[in-house]
Amino acid sequence: MTAASQQSLTQWLESDTPASSRQALAGNVYRGTRSIVSNPAALAGLIIVALLIVMAVMAPHLARGISPIEQNLSNRLHAPDTAHWFGTDELGRDIYARTLYGARVTIAMVLLVSVIVGPIGLAVGTLAGFLGGWMDALLMRITDIFLAFPRLVLALAFAAALGPGIENAVIAISLTAWPPYARIARAETVTIAKSDFIAAAKMLGASTWRILFKHIVPLCLSSVIVRLTLDMAGIILTAAGLGFLGLGAQPPTTEWGAMVSAGREVILDQWWVATIPGIAIFVVSLGFNLLGDGLRDVFDPKSV
Amino acid sequence: MSETLLDVQDLNVSFPSRGGVTQAVRHVNFTLGRERLGVVGESGSGKSTMGRALLGLTPRPGIVSAKKMTFDGENLLDCSESDWQRLRGRRMTMVTQDPKYSLNPVMGIGQQIGETCRLHLGANAAEARRRTLSMLEAVQIRDPDRVYNLYPHELSGGMGQRAMIAMMLVAEPDLLIADEPTSALDVTVQNEVLRILDDLVRDRGMGLIFISHNLTVVSSFCDRILVMYGGKIMEECKASELHRAKHPYTRALIAAAPSLEVTHKELATVTRDPAWLA
Amino acid sequence: MITVSDLNVIFRSGGRAMHAVRDVSINVDPGETFGIVGESGSGKSSVLRAIAGLIESTSASFLINGAPASGKRSRDNSRLMQMVFQDPYGSLHPRQTVDSILREALIIHDFDNQDDRILKAIADVGLSLQHRYRYPHQLSGGQRQRVAIARALILSPSILLLDEPTSALDVSVQAEILNLLARLRQTYDLTSILVSHDLAVVAHLCSRIAVMQFGRIVEVISAGDLREGKAQESYTRELIAASRGFSRAQ
Repeated sequence: MTAASQQSLTQWLESDTPASSRQALAGNVYRGTRSIVSNPAALAGLIIVALLIVMAVMAPHLARGISPIEQNLSNRLHAPDTAHWFGTDELGRDIYARTLYGARVTIAMVLLVSVIVGPIGLAVGTLAGFLGGWMDALLMRITDIFLAFPRLVLALAFAAALGPGIENAVIAISLTAWPPYARIARAETVTIAKSDFIAAAKMLGASTWRILFKHIVPLCLSSVIVRLTLDMAGIILTAAGLGFLGLGAQPPTTEWGAMVSAGREVILDQWWVATIPGIAIFVVSLGFNLLGDGLRDVFDPKSV
Repeated sequence: MSETLLDVQDLNVSFPSRGGVTQAVRHVNFTLGRERLGVVGESGSGKSTMGRALLGLTPRPGIVSAKKMTFDGENLLDCSESDWQRLRGRRMTMVTQDPKYSLNPVMGIGQQIGETCRLHLGANAAEARRRTLSMLEAVQIRDPDRVYNLYPHELSGGMGQRAMIAMMLVAEPDLLIADEPTSALDVTVQNEVLRILDDLVRDRGMGLIFISHNLTVVSSFCDRILVMYGGKIMEECKASELHRAKHPYTRALIAAAPSLEVTHKELATVTRDPAWLA
Repeated sequence: MITVSDLNVIFRSGGRAMHAVRDVSINVDPGETFGIVGESGSGKSSVLRAIAGLIESTSASFLINGAPASGKRSRDNSRLMQMVFQDPYGSLHPRQTVDSILREALIIHDFDNQDDRILKAIADVGLSLQHRYRYPHQLSGGQRQRVAIARALILSPSILLLDEPTSALDVSVQAEILNLLARLRQTYDLTSILVSHDLAVVAHLCSRIAVMQFGRIVEVISAGDLREGKAQESYTRELIAASRGFSRAQ
């Protein structure tokens, strides 16, 4: 892109007299992105999360063709060297490749849980907050019931009942993760519902659904997104915990928690087997945490 | 009346930001004796920023600079934070628009006012209580013993404002800066509070800077008026001579307000001349 | 045009009841601008919101244009009566552009020619094309209030309810908005009810004014009498005197 055309794109985005809804929206997104990028913590988190995505997507290429599941019992528990950058585990599998492929499972679980938990929490919370009365009481009591379950224990129960596996682990985590979002959404909705622009929408004859979808949900979205990114660290750890207990992804699928579990026995002599996936879990959790903090700063938390 | 409390020459307050530097206050000159000076302006005129600069309360990243800024002979430009703490509350103080934001919500009224006494007057608990009760009486709160134990949220708007005035004046400062002190009050309550302020300022011989957007109130309450626009002073005149104001902005401001006395088909609007900002 | 008798509004919360409006009766003629003035807690905004159907109320009778009004919001109601709110910062959705705010009204009521109507509404309130796709935080207080007025008028209602429309604005901006409202009510032959705490504003725009205190109407006075200080009740006289500014004479 030439300097001239780059400058005119920037001008187009920064213009304070947009000529179309597209330009207005693009300008908004641009300004939001600039805020995120200018916040060091958010930027660091964004980079880490981006790296995670790259790892997952490009795993086959980055692994230089080494298979994560190919066993080589004559090469087991080998220390990190030029052939195996992170060493090999108890079955001779290359840990570097396993770490890369393990990112796929992590991303999949995090995405699936978010996609289930966000919308459900928003729906329950905004309905309860806007309608009030007995509907509010009913929905919030249901929320309380689910909130009462400890996450890992419910996951164990599910795995015992339905068998281990990623899908059941996702369901188990989602069942206990959605209540806080309902609470956040409800609290925001109760405040927003008192605003004059909601009264104006009512004056225009907007239906309850229209008000909820087009007016209230967009305003609750930022809180929910921030909470989700901060929660992801917890979700990753829970998933890793389930994997550690053998309830998450099953072999031969590679999963970081299971890798840590497998490395437990040899942790003192062959530290790399458990520590490398452990570091991966730590870094990714930290990345999501930083991103969540940064997003919270960006979404203007001072005005609530 | 001859003693000068404040001497300000070429005061500037600027706020650097990513998009450039915003000049909130520009080349402001005035002196204040033991009198009432009204500062009138619309939002963005810089009047509140100026008021805060006089007390060293300019928020970061604001930069305050002036050729001269003295209070009772003391150079304010040189003040360290401990110097300011010595001056604020004891010699110079501020009353703001909403007592909700200046009164501590988790402390009783009496306790807060008493704290000021202990801090600035070195009073012990009994003396602080005595002074607090007499101050509450001075702001015409009828049952000071009861109000002593109330929390800020239990007070109505006018009472809260009077409690704030009591707190700010109990240490007997020489200068009071009032930033929109009555703007959030009903008009009948407004006059009550203004009368209390009037009595206190006159009895104690204080200097008062009254910042407001309401020209009617300022012109009826103050002795002199400064009209601000775009950070600069457009006009300075005696309150009694406001109707003979010369600057077009002042005249436009007077004409734009609807009044009970005069019927207008259409209200005059203010045509902003960019030359005013030069 | 609007006739309300014995309007009562009671706010209940946690077992306590607050009687905000007591037995208020109002009569507004077609094309008239009726003012309601009072201090905080007088119930004036509650009266307006009750008439708008935004809050619950009871009344002996409530007629609009001769027909009984349900007192609840409905789509037909929206074509008849619209409201402009006090806080320009709170009455526009922060994530919607001016265009989508205005378009929403048209979408809800299935209007065609939406772009033309939006352009006309924008021009009517003195805004320009460059404001069309801005977000509320990119507009000044006066501009936001113009958008709020445009939104209220885009459905061509015959009744306009104004809840302290200029209280949050600077004096110069207030003058522009008051002039705009005067012009629009002439152009569209609107019947309006204007609520304000500012006697001068109300006297400027209204022909008759109800003075409220503690939920009741103290008296209904004409603008002319108000200006001359010819009030019958002492509270009204107190209000008039207080509006003239500070006076040292007790």
